[in-house]
Amino acid sequence: MIVMAMDSANQLTNSDAYKRRYWIGSIAFLILLIAWEVFARYSGWSANIFPDPLTVVSSLHELFINGTLLRHTVASLFRVTAGFYLAILLGIPLGILLGRLQFARWLINPIIQFLRPISPLAWIPLAMLWFGIGDKPAIFLIFLASFFPLVVSTTIAVYNINPTFLQVAANFNFSRLETLTKVIFPAIMPEVITALRLTVTIAWLVVVAAEMIAVQSGLGYLILDARNALRMDYVMDSMIIIGIIGLFLDGLMRRLGKIESAQWGSAAR
Amino acid sequence: MGSIKIENLTKVFMNRRNKPRSISDPDEQSGDAVLVLKDINLEFEDGEMVCILGPSGCGKSTMLRIIAGFDEPTYGRVLHGQKPIKESSAESIFVFQHSGLFPWMTVAENVGLGLRHLKDATEKQARINEYVEMVELEGFETYYPHQLSGGMQRRAELARALAVNPEMLIMDEPFSGLDFMTHMKMREEVVNMHEFLKKTTLVVTHDIDDALIMGDRIVVMSGRPSTVKLMHQLDFPRPRDFERDPDLSHLRSEIFLMLGVPYAV
Repeated sequence: MIVMAMDSANQLTNSDAYKRRYWIGSIAFLILLIAWEVFARYSGWSANIFPDPLTVVSSLHELFINGTLLRHTVASLFRVTAGFYLAILLGIPLGILLGRLQFARWLINPIIQFLRPISPLAWIPLAMLWFGIGDKPAIFLIFLASFFPLVVSTTIAVYNINPTFLQVAANFNFSRLETLTKVIFPAIMPEVITALRLTVTIAWLVVVAAEMIAVQSGLGYLILDARNALRMDYVMDSMIIIGIIGLFLDGLMRRLGKIESAQWGSAAR
Repeated sequence: MGSIKIENLTKVFMNRRNKPRSISDPDEQSGDAVLVLKDINLEFEDGEMVCILGPSGCGKSTMLRIIAGFDEPTYGRVLHGQKPIKESSAESIFVFQHSGLFPWMTVAENVGLGLRHLKDATEKQARINEYVEMVELEGFETYYPHQLSGGMQRRAELARALAVNPEMLIMDEPFSGLDFMTHMKMREEVVNMHEFLKKTTLVVTHDIDDALIMGDRIVVMSGRPSTVKLMHQLDFPRPRDFERDPDLSHLRSEIFLMLGVPYAV
């Protein structure tokens, strides 16, 4: 009973603190907006070069109404999703393999450490040559950007699993499959979710850059196209949408971290 | 059969890289061989509770881990019943010094680890409840380990170990890190559990009082390289009391002297 009462008390203060944090964060945005307005009005720059907030909002509305914004956003999100999922599908199993087998680690890790620091953007010429124009090169670049951090984080997470847990698994006659699903997966869950959270941000950074080169759609393309038309308000519109979606993706990943089975990491340490 | 026979058990650890490699000869063996256990011969009978005492770092835990199948002897062998121990199995369950509960599973899920092959869900649930009740954790089935106190975690782990119905329980410092009252209570519970179930139980401890109160037999080991210094059958009636039993008290003093702490006598 006492435990339950304390739990609800905790939740109360947590939700209060959350609300306060939300408001403080909003104030910062408001200040930024005012600073922008003041600067646009008194800097002496023309609205073509530095559009004021109202112009940007009204053009945002315009892009939204005629469907341009939705089309490009969906195109970008599709590429990020495809590349990111591909990286998860290949990167996490490889990371588990590398974390478990010393030989595989010695064999493959040097290659990964060699390829990892090469910016995905350096692959653009090759990606275009190999995959042509369209979704494929962009997806490939997002895959590259997400794959290496995921492999490295998963490898480290698996390598650092408390050996006691693996001994318990052996002690209770766990099969290989059971060890994988009942021990390794849950044990690395907190670290992997943190890695996913960091990686999705990188993927989102890369998609915009990739779309400036190889494709005719997406928010990156929209920025490039708006620049060619000297429409800085459209450029800012795209930037705002990119920021909002980035915020949303991070929130999504954070929600993933709140799943009960993944929470032991933060609670137990 | 929960009997254990240890024959000429010797364990050598290689301490790699504790010395810088020699520049003139990089292939020179640079590790130190550390002799941890030296020629140990012991026999534990089925149903016996044996307490193993020794100075810290003497290799008691290493011996326990070899018996559990987590580690291999360098020389010699350990027989469980008739067959040598090759790998860890549910025949002998290890209770870890620091919690071995899976933090991502609830108390009930942890206790159910060894029962996961039971097809009948109601029977499985009944068995889980039985062992949860045995360690007095009713009402905490849906709690995660980090929501429990240290003592409750140990009890949950004990329940998990007993639920498998192993032939042998291996406990590495089962009461370390517990406060005094919890320690006393846990010790009593383990003794009661042993009286009731009569499972072969090996307990490594550095607490002489624990060993003398609990054990059917005590084994005192020397510092590294570890050898058996004393093996003594304890035929004192339970519950045991140092005040009431001068022989027990005398033995306690002797062991203190043997371990090199005369001022404690």
